[in-house]
Amino acid sequence: MSLLKVESLSKEFGGVHAVENLTFSVEAGHIHSIIGPNGAGKTTLFNLITGVYTPSSGRVLFQDRLVSGMKPYELAAMGMSRTFQNLQIFFNMKAIENVMVGSHLHLDRRFLPSLLRLPTVTRKDRECRASCAGLMEFVGLNKYLDADAASMPYGALKRLEIARALAAKPKILLLDEPAAGLNATESREIDEVIKRVAASGITVVLVEHDMKMVMGISDQITALDYGRKLAEGTPAEVRENPDVVNAYLGAHA
Amino acid sequence: MLAIIIASAPLGFSNTYFYDVGVNAMFNAIVCVGLNLLIGYAGQISLGHAGFFALGAYGSAILTVTYGVPPIVAMLLSAAVVGLLAFVVGRPILKLKGHYLAMATLGIGIIIHIVLKTESKITGGPDGMSLDNFSMLGFTIMGDRMWYWVSGVLLVLTVWLALNLIDSPVGRALRAVHGSEVGAEVVGVDTSSYKVLVFVVSAVFASIVGSLFAHKNGFITPDIGSFFHSVELVTMVVLGGMASIFGALIGAVILTLLPQILAAVEQYEAMILGAIMMGTMIFMPKGLLPSIVSSVKRLGGGR
Repeated sequence: MSLLKVESLSKEFGGVHAVENLTFSVEAGHIHSIIGPNGAGKTTLFNLITGVYTPSSGRVLFQDRLVSGMKPYELAAMGMSRTFQNLQIFFNMKAIENVMVGSHLHLDRRFLPSLLRLPTVTRKDRECRASCAGLMEFVGLNKYLDADAASMPYGALKRLEIARALAAKPKILLLDEPAAGLNATESREIDEVIKRVAASGITVVLVEHDMKMVMGISDQITALDYGRKLAEGTPAEVRENPDVVNAYLGAHA
Repeated sequence: MLAIIIASAPLGFSNTYFYDVGVNAMFNAIVCVGLNLLIGYAGQISLGHAGFFALGAYGSAILTVTYGVPPIVAMLLSAAVVGLLAFVVGRPILKLKGHYLAMATLGIGIIIHIVLKTESKITGGPDGMSLDNFSMLGFTIMGDRMWYWVSGVLLVLTVWLALNLIDSPVGRALRAVHGSEVGAEVVGVDTSSYKVLVFVVSAVFASIVGSLFAHKNGFITPDIGSFFHSVELVTMVVLGGMASIFGALIGAVILTLLPQILAAVEQYEAMILGAIMMGTMIFMPKGLLPSIVSSVKRLGGGR
């Protein structure tokens, strides 16, 4: 079953076609990678899917419902969550509070009970804190449980975003370059985290430059260039595709 | 602890003048705790909150004097109207960010100030309005001493509510809006609603204090809604410490007391205030309390 369908999606920025007539679908339970050179439109595509941008034309279907034009927080309520290439951490908060914001939709968020600290709110909050600590361990952030987000290193923040996204209990998780800027060890650790996320039944859509990682963990790959689909298929198929080789290595390779 | 400080402060008060200053300090503190939710926690700005304060004051004055409404009803009614007004104007203007939001809120404050000044048939214009003591159920709040205790209790209550809110799902969502709006959106936080919510809450705080201030003073002029008063409120929050409830409180107390202390060198008062402000921004951009706390931590932590 296709969890996510993108149909003839286009996005134009003042005459520049960042994404052009793109169609593909993501199967439930898969790790689906989007690859392509810098400027191929991968992040724009993510922003279109998650409601940060509205498409110029075409549509996005999530669980067979038309979702293009919906707000990111509405999509989050439907079970779509994401991370960002350039971190969107709440640096004014503690690490664990960042993750707890991820649970926002699953908590009592009525104003008056919060203001009066009613037992129902505090009890759920305590449970939430415990489960968020669990998520931080899941992504390997045990030692940052009490840390301020602002004091954490870059690699840890990348994982903190994953933990925050998981706290929203998504059906589908979109990861925008989770390994960018990480060294080889860190990037292998992220690799492990992604596999564990997928193993827990969450569909993963991955934008990544680290080809070793992409080829190693993906079930399906869509290759983009200049906003258009270049190729798609299993890692082996995409690796053999001459267009992909050209786009990455130049025509003479 | 706050309750103890408030309760023990009068031991050093040698006359009612001290009580009067104390009440004003606590009134300002309540407004600032509310305003800090908007500025310090949710990361938005308002240069128009004196307008909401003045509307609360005038709402109470007009309703009690002109229409004979009981003070408590007048206060709550004014707060409701101010809340509604904040909701209606907040919806469109909180889409703006940074300087643009500052300009828009500045505009609201100025409009309110001008309306209060020029609608002299209703508000008495620049001559102001007088009103009676705050009485409820046959009990009347009179004199600086009684006001001191009333505002003390209200301040403790306000601080308690604010602390509760900050450490709740709603409070975390507000802080997340400050941290990264798009980051908050993608995990399900409806950021624009939360911004409007906190704007309304802080406006209602200002309105209620405005009503009380009007009754305590017995006389109000449109200048309580002036731009200068709005800036004063923001300065209190910034000086004391953004995103620190006790910081806002301390900022309010210091800036209320300072003019009293500086009365001896009156002609330099504005200059000294300005210098303090500049010094804070340069040396303690986070504000007084957070800076002190973090330097104490550094010393104590031995790192």
